Parts: sequence; structure tokens; C-alpha cells
Amino acid sequence: MNKQSPLRRFWKTPLRRWAWLFLGPVTAAFAIGFVWPFLQGIWLSFCKFKLIKDAKFVGFSNYAKALTDPSFMHSFWYTALFALVSLVLINVLAFAVALALTQGIRGSNLFRTVFFMPNLIGGIVLGYIWSMIFDGILSRYGTSILMETKYGFWGLIILMCWQQIGYMMIIYIAGLQAVPGDMLEAAKIDGANKWQTLFRVTIPNVMPSITICTFLGLTNGFKLFDQNLALTAGQPFLIQADGSSIKTTEMLALNIYNTFYTSNSASQGTAQAKAVLFFILVAGLGLAQLAFTRKREVQQ
Amino acid sequence: MKKILALILCLAMVFALAACGEKPAAETKGEENGAAAGSVYWLNFKPESDEVLQKVAELYTSKTGVPVKVVTAASGTYSQTLTSEMDKSSAPTLFVVGTQAGVKDWADYALDLTGTPIAQELNTDAYNLYDENGKLVSIGYCYECYGIIVNPDLLEKAGHSLDEIKNFETLKAVAEDIHARAEELGFDAFSSSDMDPSSSWRFTGHMANLEYFYEERDAGGWTECPATLTGAYMDNFKNLYDLCINNSLTDPKDLATGGHDAENEFKTGKAVFFVNGSWEYGAVSEAVPNATMIPYYCGVEGEEKAGLNCGTENCWAINGKASEADQKATMDFLVWCVTDPEASRMLVDSFGVMPYTHAAESTNGFLAAANEYSNNGCYVMDWATNYQPNVDDYRAALVSALNAYNADQSAENWATVVTAFVDGWATQYQNANG
Repeated sequence: MNKQSPLRRFWKTPLRRWAWLFLGPVTAAFAIGFVWPFLQGIWLSFCKFKLIKDAKFVGFSNYAKALTDPSFMHSFWYTALFALVSLVLINVLAFAVALALTQGIRGSNLFRTVFFMPNLIGGIVLGYIWSMIFDGILSRYGTSILMETKYGFWGLIILMCWQQIGYMMIIYIAGLQAVPGDMLEAAKIDGANKWQTLFRVTIPNVMPSITICTFLGLTNGFKLFDQNLALTAGQPFLIQADGSSIKTTEMLALNIYNTFYTSNSASQGTAQAKAVLFFILVAGLGLAQLAFTRKREVQQ
Repeated sequence: MKKILALILCLAMVFALAACGEKPAAETKGEENGAAAGSVYWLNFKPESDEVLQKVAELYTSKTGVPVKVVTAASGTYSQTLTSEMDKSSAPTLFVVGTQAGVKDWADYALDLTGTPIAQELNTDAYNLYDENGKLVSIGYCYECYGIIVNPDLLEKAGHSLDEIKNFETLKAVAEDIHARAEELGFDAFSSSDMDPSSSWRFTGHMANLEYFYEERDAGGWTECPATLTGAYMDNFKNLYDLCINNSLTDPKDLATGGHDAENEFKTGKAVFFVNGSWEYGAVSEAVPNATMIPYYCGVEGEEKAGLNCGTENCWAINGKASEADQKATMDFLVWCVTDPEASRMLVDSFGVMPYTHAAESTNGFLAAANEYSNNGCYVMDWATNYQPNVDDYRAALVSALNAYNADQSAENWATVVTAFVDGWATQYQNANG
């Protein structure tokens, strides 16, 4: 038995012999639904087109246009700032809530459910609900969330915290429950206080959760679209002296969408180039962040 | 156990594949018919007309057997939907190209309608759109008018009458008087001028037309989008806009995110004036049977002779890249729509009026008012607004500037509005054509 080559052993296992049949549909779906559109998208970023079937190759001019577009640069920095602030706030708060709800207080399950629920509401609906809430408050002061960039920014942060904290909390709770009890006990016997236990024992043990949550937080922050569209849609604009305008609360994904659909008919290629740049950025950031936090995970 | 699992998974997959592969019987049948006699696929852009169009389509199919599919793009997403639908193998055979910007984008995909049976049914050339080579890209299937809708009964209750209002000065006097006595009267002058996407077009698209129209008139008429505006009539736009926001039910500071439902305010007798168009007649006339429409009086010299803003964005274009059978089926369908008494009645009741020789008569009171102005020798304010370059971007910037102005009516904020209005036009023209 043991002397058979690995390939023969593979084909002898009856279920494995059918591997291609089980992998086939998924591979096909992945190729049709992801790989092909992705490759086509990259190709189109080098083309000028109105309809995809009439695309004409134009080289790198779309990339040149995208990189010299001030609104794209503005939305990049705005998105980066948003992603950073929301990443920190969401994770710190979610971890705190998770910690509080693993202390065995009464009604923990109810609290967990309630905190998780905002995550079940779609982004567009959330955006409109929160725009009403914010305006209910801001209209008392004769203003609105559409009037000031800072209102739009913090409004979106509050919205995202409200939506995401519950989700991240669930991941952290799972991590916290997996911290070995004997380690905590040993720390207690060694005379560690609560802060020391938290930073020296608990947090190193939940690093895998922190890795996944920062990854999700970062990519969510960069890819944010629905909430941005429904809450402010880029308003207020900064009207430049030459009549052009910068949408001060427009994030990257919305900027790409607006370039594709609402600008002139020659801009679809530019939007496509922006989307490719956007992909490289998000993928690069995500991978870098994964590599960074993986190093800090401990083996249990 | 594993064998059973494998078996179940195999079965599940076979069923899934079979379901993908099999075509429902009805669909296949439809396609066969379509291949032989052609079929019609109308991409409609007016959600409010969808119900009627579906009925008309059904009627046509039941009479002739030719399949007619009507798909309506969700509000504000017509250009996105058209772009993606035109890319499909079963693209729309009939679509809407309503503006000069649309002609620029879609002329290559449209059939030249010059001299075709549907063009011969028209009773006016006024609403047709041509590209720069003189190709007839799309033809108007209805026209509309907009202005200020008035409730004459409330006006009389306030001790005024419609005959008083002859120009901006008299309109202003009436509106300010009503606004000052709003509490005592129980109603106000203007309904709310919300700036959210469901309402802002009434100002950035329609009221803005008064500025464009008078500029166009000074220039002797536009035939294509001008590269720049002079902004000569911005003060007139400001006159009417200020009157509207400052003599209304809602504090101008609260307009940015909307939510006041101006139509309902007008219907329930809370406001005398309502800035909107002829398509509102059906909704409004039941509650306010005497409702009528007056022009945008804005302080321009000789405006006593102004009429309503008449024009259209509703123009049919036939897909020139569709198969010949589909093109012919579409053409036959269109001719039937404007000649068949039953179908044209249904369409006219939804659209207001159709400029075709054999179409049914209009019952729309606001369009009747528009005709009355014309018959009395007043000039029609045509829809110069249709030339707005990169219309969505241009209007979005204007909304943002107006929001700032509504919150604080300072000279600086108005200067920003003027920048967005006048310089924004030039910038967007460059973006669209440069």
C-alpha cells in the first residue's frame, strides 16, 4: 500500500477520483463571474469606449488622465483618512464591547444580538436613515449634513461605527472565548493585574481575530460606496473659480462611479483606469496589512 | 457514508446543470416568433408612464401577435441602464434620446428617421433632434410645459386674482403679501423648494431655463450647445428664485435634504404656487380642479408677453444596429401608437399631448394654458435647458452651490452660484467636448 506512488493513491480513493467534477462548476463560475470580467476590465482601462463591444485601444492615456484628475486625488486622500479613522474607532470599540460581553454579565446574548443587528440593514437604507437622524439634529442649528465637509466625514464615521461594531464584536467574542483559561489563571497566580493580563495574555491570544478585523476594516473603509452615496453623495462641493468643482465628501468608489456614468461619454475608459488603480491599491494594502499582523500572532 | 454523500452531490449538480440548460417553453416560442416577424423592445425612461406603456404593449401584442417588451429604467438611472442594455445581444430596439447631449452619445446607434412612416405622421418638426450631419436621430412623441402652477381659488381667498399677475413685480407683490399673512390665511405663497434629488431638478433644470432662454433669444437661437454662457440674466433667475424660497412654507435653511413633498403641500391647499410642469396635471387636478399655470416672471423687459416653457425630452430613437425585422416591427408599432384611437388615447392621457396628425386630443389643463398663451400672441420659452452640458455633473454642482446660498443668502454665496451656473457650463462643455 505504502509503496504506491502518490498519484496512484490519489486515483484509488473513490471520492477523489471525482474531484474535477466537484471543482468544475466552482471553477467555471469563478472564471465566468470573476476572472474573465477582471481581465476584460483591465483591457478596457487601455481603451476608449462607449459600449464595451466598440472599445478602441488608446494605450496609457486613461491612466494619465486618471492620475492628473484633482477630484480623484482628493477622493484618495479623503478615503485614506476615512479608512484610518474608521479602522481604529471600529476595532477599539468592537473589542471593548466584546470584552464587556464576555465577562458573564446577565443578558449578554441579548446585547450581542442587538449590537449585531445594524449589520443586517443595507447600506443605502442606512445612509438615508442616518441622513434623517443627522438632519433632525443639525436643522436645529440651521444647517445640514450636506453643508459642511466635516459633518459629512464624521457622519459617515458614526454610521460605519454603528453598522460595523456589532459585526467585528462577534469575531472578537469568538477570539476571546478561545483564550485558554489556564493561561489566564496562570497570569492571575503570578500576580498580573487586569491591564497586564489584557495586554500580555489576552490580546496576543486574539491576534488572529485582530488580523481579520483590521483586514476587513481597512478594505471596507476603502471600498465604501452605498453609505457614501446615500448619506452625502459627495456634497458639499467646492466650486473652483474656473467653474469646476471638487466633491469634498466623495470617496474613491463613488468617484469611479461618477466618472463612469455622469461625466462625458469619453470618460468611461478613465473610470476603468481608476478602477484598476483602485484594485491595486486595495489589494496591496490588504496584503501588506495581513503580512504585518500575521507576524504578531502567537501559536496556541 | 461517503458514497451516499458523493451521490447526493452528483445529483444536486446534475439538477443544477439541467436547470441552467433548459429553456422555459414559453420563452423559446417567443424567440422563434421574434426571429420571423421581429419584436419590439422599448427602453422607457419615465417611471410614471410605465403602467400605461405596459398596457399599450399588451394591447398591441394581443392584436398583432408581435411581442413588445417595455422596460423602464429606475428614476434617474436611464443613461446607466441604456449604456448597459445597448451592450447586450438583445439590445433595445426603441429608446429615448431627449437632449443634444444624448444625440452626441447615441447618434451612431440610431436609425436616420428622415422620411420614415412615423416621421410622416408628425404635425410639427419642433421637437425633433438632428445630429451635426443633419441625420434625424430622434423624434418627439409628446411635449410638455412647465412654469408656476397656481391655485386660483386660494389666490381669491387671499383677496387677489390671477389677472393681477402680469409680470415679476405683480407676482412679487402678491407672493409677499400672502407670505406676510400666512398665519392668518392658513396657507402660504410657495410650496417648498426642496434640494434633494427628487425635487432639485425643478430649479436646476427648469427654473434655470429662464436664464438660458433669454440668453438664447439674444443670440438669435441656439442650434447646438454654446461653449460659454454670459450669465446676463442671472439677476432675473435670482429674482424668481429668491421669491420662491423666501415666501414659502419652509425655511430656506431646511431645504438641503428635502422631505417636504411640495406636490402634497399644493394639493392639500397649504400653498398657492407650485413650481412644476404639465405632467403634474393628473396628480393635481383632482384636488385642485381649477389649477392653472403661469410663466416664469422674473423681471425681464416685455415679459408681460411671456408664455410657458414648452419642449420635450421625450424623443423616440430606433436602434440602427438592430436586425431589419426588429426595426420594421418597431416602426410599425410606433405608427400604430400614434394612429390607433385606443392606444393614442391611453398614451395622450399619460403624456399630455402627442404632436401627431392622427393622435388623440389632449385633456391636459396645463397644456391648454400653454396653448392659450400662444394664441394670445405670447412667446413660447423653449427648453434651452436641454443643452446643459454633462447635465448630471453640472446640476449636482449647482445644487451644492444653491444649498450654501439657501443657508446663508450672502453676496459671496450667490457669487458661487453664478460661478457654478456660468463658469460651470464652460467647464462641463470642455469636459464633454474637449
